[in-house]
Amino acid sequence: MSTVAVEVVYRGIFQKTLARNIVRSIVFAARKEGKYGTAFGRYGDSPERNGIPAKQFAIVADDAEELEENLAVYEAQEVDVTINVDDTMCKGIESWAWYGLQPINALTKPGGTLIVTSRQETDALIEDIHRKDEPYNLSVLTSVPSFSGLWVYKDDHTDVRILGALAKVCPQLVSLESMVEAIQDQGWDDLKVRSAERAYERAGLRPVEPGEGNDETPFTFDLPGWTTMEEGLVIRGIEQGGGFRGAEGGYQPVRNSVFKKYSTRSMRPIVNFETCIKCTLCWLQCPDTCFDVTPDGLYDANLESCCGCGVCEAVCPVPECVTMINEAEFNDNASQYEAWQQNPEGYKQWMASLIEGEKKVERTHGFHHVGGYDEQLAAAGED
Amino acid sequence: MTTTIEDQMFMTESEELISGSEAVAIACALADVDVITAYPIRPYDTVMQYVSKLKADGAFDCDFIVAESEHSQFEIVKHASSVGARTFCGSSGVGWFYAFEAIAVTAGLRLPVVAMVGNRALDDPGAFGVEHNDAMAVRDLGWMLYWVATAQEALDMALMAWKIAEDSRAFLPFALSCDGSFLTHSQAIVNVPTQEQVRRFLPDYDRGRLQLHPDNPITVAPQVNEDWLMEIRRQSDEAMHRTPAVIKEVYEEFKQVFGRGDPSPFLEEYMTDDDPDIILMGMGTLSLPVRVAIRRMREQGKKVGFVRLKFFRPFATEEVQEALGNCKAVAVVDRDYSFGSPSFGGVLFNEVRSALYPLEKRPHVVNFIAGLGGREVRVRDVEEMVEITQKAIDTGKIDRECNWIGVRE
Repeated sequence: MSTVAVEVVYRGIFQKTLARNIVRSIVFAARKEGKYGTAFGRYGDSPERNGIPAKQFAIVADDAEELEENLAVYEAQEVDVTINVDDTMCKGIESWAWYGLQPINALTKPGGTLIVTSRQETDALIEDIHRKDEPYNLSVLTSVPSFSGLWVYKDDHTDVRILGALAKVCPQLVSLESMVEAIQDQGWDDLKVRSAERAYERAGLRPVEPGEGNDETPFTFDLPGWTTMEEGLVIRGIEQGGGFRGAEGGYQPVRNSVFKKYSTRSMRPIVNFETCIKCTLCWLQCPDTCFDVTPDGLYDANLESCCGCGVCEAVCPVPECVTMINEAEFNDNASQYEAWQQNPEGYKQWMASLIEGEKKVERTHGFHHVGGYDEQLAAAGED
Repeated sequence: MTTTIEDQMFMTESEELISGSEAVAIACALADVDVITAYPIRPYDTVMQYVSKLKADGAFDCDFIVAESEHSQFEIVKHASSVGARTFCGSSGVGWFYAFEAIAVTAGLRLPVVAMVGNRALDDPGAFGVEHNDAMAVRDLGWMLYWVATAQEALDMALMAWKIAEDSRAFLPFALSCDGSFLTHSQAIVNVPTQEQVRRFLPDYDRGRLQLHPDNPITVAPQVNEDWLMEIRRQSDEAMHRTPAVIKEVYEEFKQVFGRGDPSPFLEEYMTDDDPDIILMGMGTLSLPVRVAIRRMREQGKKVGFVRLKFFRPFATEEVQEALGNCKAVAVVDRDYSFGSPSFGGVLFNEVRSALYPLEKRPHVVNFIAGLGGREVRVRDVEEMVEITQKAIDTGKIDRECNWIGVRE
């Protein structure tokens, strides 16, 4: 008697097909060994909003009755393997249901494994991932956040590479042979089989000790009961704001304390306070009111409410005044304005190095600056 | 100072020969309703005719909006009610069903819209006559649902409807069900109160902290997941739990100000003082032939009584248990159908039978489907129902729980 549960944590809609391919393949493979399984997405995540962290599960049991016991719960309470297909979610996830911030490894059982697709160093990821009281393993599969399976995006074999690695790190789930059979059964070509086999060979485990990792306490809140909730399906408007960081001057809106949005983000804006011409456009156009107005009329992005949409960068008329940078480069949500005030030179250098680094990678979506789309179109025409 | 027509109307009590629809329209004027929406469908449309006439005559002022469909008609009052306007609308049959999306959310949002349902058979076949299935469709949603028997009651209950619905303990919509033809199109002598009396009785609608207004910034009707919805449903359940107390209070106040009304707002009992063997039960204008039949049968020495259920929602379980608990058999007359229901019976029958189940000594409950599509329920039909019910008492068992009466074989 044994049940093996696997969750795939992915960014809503863009990575949905990728997650679906993984959980379905797991069940197909398990079937090859006579086991029973189910694959499902968490219903509360649907309809999926762009970039919102979402989950799909695969549960495999030795017999149908045992499987039924696992179907009787809304979602697994713990999983043998957590698969995270976007490393920026290692900082924790907030689905659009009201769960607070969940560590990426919240459901990973003691001794279980967290597989992450990433180009970061393993130790850099552990700095982001919340610490646990029990040991678990981390397995990093070198990859960018994949959109494989999404409409016009090319298949990059991320699905089968994960399946190959999974067979290695969780042998009690299914063998590599069954995984390969399931891949072949779905009409996928031999190249995909080879990718799975190679990932199996390369997959390694880095044991993570109790207490190792990010020591931040993830934010939580209590859901109100029916006697304490407002009646009539009414949600009270948030109070008007006041001065910047409680001081005289400037303006800072009051923000939602129970839904913060920042785990939706895979990029964040950085602001050059010295070239800013105070045109107000970023503040005006931000759909999440995330800019605080400083007493000297500058705009400081509040990084707990920024969902990383990039509108500020797109509307900013000054080159490299607002620049979107990969979220993996940051470890906290601290104020950029305060950092700049404390050490203007240091801030400038830090900003310059981030912008340089960002220019080296091609963005999976969006453009570095206004007009980037036209440039790409023109370049495509030249080919 | 010039005297307007408005100043002259409703200054003194008067007796008018009016239909149930006209009585409801006059109630709208007396209650000074702010927003009235309309879309024609028979038999409800008589109300919109009378409302527009009263407005044109200057009897009262309101935003009278003829919408492009019932759906919009009910959407408009829903929104108007959320900003603090007293509202009225209504429909019939499939028109009511076409508005159903709006009707469901009106209850969910706890908006005290008052609607008149001119009961009409559901198409197809196209038919104008009364069946109760149209109004009954809201029975699970958080609408209060009242069945009217006379034009006077239509006027009185409409005035009470706003006061009950707009009470912050309730904040639930109120549907006033009026049998098509028998009530909507038949005129009777009605005592029309003065504007002054109504003002004393009916306060302004105050939505308080739930009012949608720029000075009170709120979001209404968010999207929620499974982590919120059950609490929201429980709140609506609690609001419905509070309505019987509100109804009793308002009914007593009404009797004090206007000097008329039954002992109970929930039931009207007829010849039940001597604990009759058989009690007939039904709703709406059905009471007319039933009362006549009971008088005849009483002359022949049969101990028969009648209980008219007025509020279908909230269903007055204890009052019904008390009124029916001592008889030998109950004959429930349904002017509706519920195909495939328990015992293949009517809606009211199954509700009443369920309410009586906890009693230690349960009477037989026999069901009669009658008067569908506006067909006349004759005195001899009622007599037949009593005969069948008597047989259940005599033999100690019910041959057939649901009996269609007055249907050609």
